[in-house]
Amino acid sequence: MSTSITSILREISKKFNVPLSTLKRNSKILKDLNLITYGDATSFQGVELTELGQFIAKLMTRGEPPLGHLVQTRSGLRSLGSVIKDTRKTILRMLAEAGSGHLGASLSAIEILVVLYFLKMRHDPRNPDWVGRDRFVLSKGHAAPALYAVLAEVGYFPTEELFSLRKLGSRLQGHPDTRTLGVDAMTGSLGQGLSIAVGMALAAKMDGAGYKVYVLLGDGELNEGQVWEAAMTASHYGLDNLIAVVDRNQYQLTGKTGDVKSLEPLPEKWGSLGWEVQETEGNDPESILDALDRCSLTSGRPSVIIAKTTKGKGVSFMEGNKFSRKVPNADELKRALSELS
Amino acid sequence: MLQLSPLEYFGRALVTIGMGHDELVVLDPDVSASTKTSYFAERFPERFINVGISEQDMIGVAAGLAASGKIPIACGFAIFIAGRAWEQIANSVARPNLNVKIVATHSGFSPYADGDSHQSFGDVALMRVLPNMKVVVPADAVAAVGALEALVLSQGPAYLRLGRGATPVVYEEGSDFTLGKASLMRDGADVTVIASGVMVSMAVKAAAMLEDEAVDVRVIDMHTIKPIDARCVLEAAKNTGAIVTAEEHSVIGGLGSAVSEVLSQNAPTPIQMVGIRDRFGESSRDYWSLLAKHGLTAEGITKAVHSVLDMKP
Repeated sequence: MSTSITSILREISKKFNVPLSTLKRNSKILKDLNLITYGDATSFQGVELTELGQFIAKLMTRGEPPLGHLVQTRSGLRSLGSVIKDTRKTILRMLAEAGSGHLGASLSAIEILVVLYFLKMRHDPRNPDWVGRDRFVLSKGHAAPALYAVLAEVGYFPTEELFSLRKLGSRLQGHPDTRTLGVDAMTGSLGQGLSIAVGMALAAKMDGAGYKVYVLLGDGELNEGQVWEAAMTASHYGLDNLIAVVDRNQYQLTGKTGDVKSLEPLPEKWGSLGWEVQETEGNDPESILDALDRCSLTSGRPSVIIAKTTKGKGVSFMEGNKFSRKVPNADELKRALSELS
Repeated sequence: MLQLSPLEYFGRALVTIGMGHDELVVLDPDVSASTKTSYFAERFPERFINVGISEQDMIGVAAGLAASGKIPIACGFAIFIAGRAWEQIANSVARPNLNVKIVATHSGFSPYADGDSHQSFGDVALMRVLPNMKVVVPADAVAAVGALEALVLSQGPAYLRLGRGATPVVYEEGSDFTLGKASLMRDGADVTVIASGVMVSMAVKAAAMLEDEAVDVRVIDMHTIKPIDARCVLEAAKNTGAIVTAEEHSVIGGLGSAVSEVLSQNAPTPIQMVGIRDRFGESSRDYWSLLAKHGLTAEGITKAVHSVLDMKP
C-alpha cells in the first residue's frame, strides 16, 4: 500500500471520531514496539504489520483480521470484502459492454489480485514508474479485465475508463499492455510472464534493490514449456524476491486441466525444481495474505503459491467452465449482479 | 584479403563496452564458448547470465531485465533465437519496444559443417517484419564492433547478425559506423551492387573483375537492413539505373526484398538478386565451397550484373 501513515490516521480519525493526536501517539508506540512498520510521507511506504505484529494480532483476534482489512481505495477507506464484491460486478459489466473476453478466468483471480494490490504490494498509483515499487506480471494475460478493475479501484486511472475495454483506440487492450498505467509487463501469449518476472527479479538482485516481483500464472498455462524453463532459471539463481501464484481453477479452454494434460502432482513438480511451495485457498483473502506473508520467510529460492480457486467464482451459474469465453447477455448480467448484491 | 573473425571482435568489444556501461548485461543459452560472450563472462561474472539451453526463456528474461533499466545483450545462434524464440521476441520484446539487443551468431551458411539444422537463411526476414525492430548485418569484424557500439547507444530492440568464422576485412580499423546510413564502398555509373555481410567483400571483388570488362560498378554496404537507407537506394537507382542485391540469406524477405520494396514503390528499376534460392543448406567441410554451391561468390555477382545490364532499357 502506498498511503502515508498520516493520511490513513486522518481517515480513521474522521471515521471513528478519535483525535488525530491520540492515533499518532499510539501508532508511534506500535512502531516502537516493532509491531508495525511504516515510512514517512516521502518514502510512500504503507502501514504493515511486522511478523511480531501479525503474531500478536492473531493471538488477540483469534484469527480474525484486525479491522476486517480496511483498505485505501480511490473513494476512501473501504472494507476488503466490499472491494472484492464490487470488482466482480465491475468485471461483469465490463465484459458485457466489451462483448468479448475471458470471464471465468477473470473471476477466479480477483481475491489474489485485490490482496496483492490493496494489502501486499508496495506501489504508488500516483507514481506508477516509481523504481522501488514491487512489480506484478499477469502471465495469464486473459484475466486482464480483473487486473484493470483492480488498478482503477486502487487509483491508477478513472473507473469510467474500464468500460472502454477492447474498444478501438482504448488504453485497455484485450490483454495487458504497458500503455495502461500500472501495467508492468505486456502479456497475453501464455507461458511468457514467468521469464519476464525472472528478468525483473534478477535486475533487482543485481541492483541490490529490495522490491519483490509477483507473477500470476494460470494452471492451463502450465502446459507451456517456457514456464518450466523459467522455473529452473529462477531456482538456479536463488531468486527469493520472486513470488509466483498459480490460479488453480482446474479448467482450461476445452475442459478440465486433468483431462487435457495432467498437471498433478503439481506441488511436487514445483518443489522438485527447487521452489518453496505452498497450497492455499485462492478465493479466501486471509489465506492468500497469509501465504504471501510466509513467502518472506523463505530465502535463497523462489516461492510459488498454488491457489485453489473456482473458475467463474462468485456467480452460481457461472462457476465451472460455462463462461470461460462467454460474456453474459442482458438477462444473465442482471441475474449475476443481483446475486452479488 | 586479410580475414578476421567478427565473432572474436564482437566478444572482445563486449568487454570494452561493458566497462563503460554498468547496465549492460549479457545473456547466454549455454553457447558462450562458441559465441565468444565467454570473454564478458570471465570479466563480469556478476553481469553474465547463463540461462541454460532455453532460448525462449532467455528472451523473456532479457525483456524483464530491460523493463528494469538494464541493457541486455541476448546472444545465441541465429536459427534458435530468431526461429525458435520468434514469438517471444515479437510479444515480450518488440511489442513493448524494450531495449533488448539480440546478437545472432552462426547465421547463414557459417555453421557449414553442422548442416542445415544449424544454418539460418530466414532470420533477417523474420526480424524485419517486426515493428520497432532494427536489423543490422555487418560486413566484417570492424563493422561488427561499430554496429555493436551503435546499437548499445540506440534505444529499442535490435537484431545484430553475425557469422561464425573469419571473413575478409573490408573496413580499416576505426572506420565510422552510422546506424541506418549505408556505406559507399566504391562509386560507379553503370550498375550498383547493394550487399550485406560477407557478400560485401565479394561485391568489391566482383566490381574489380568487371572493371576489366569496362563495367563501372558502384558498391554499397547496406549494413542496416532496417531501417533501410532508402535515400541511398534511390540515388543508386537514379545514377546507375540497375541494381543487384547480394546477401547470405534467402532472396525471400531479406535485403533483396527490402531494396525491391523501396524501388518498386518509388522508382521501378531493373533488379537482380544474389541469395539463397528457396532451398535449405547441407553439411560441408568448408564454408566457401558451400557458399559457391549456392552462387554466393564474386562470379555469382558478376553474372547477376550482366543479367541486370541486359534488362536496362
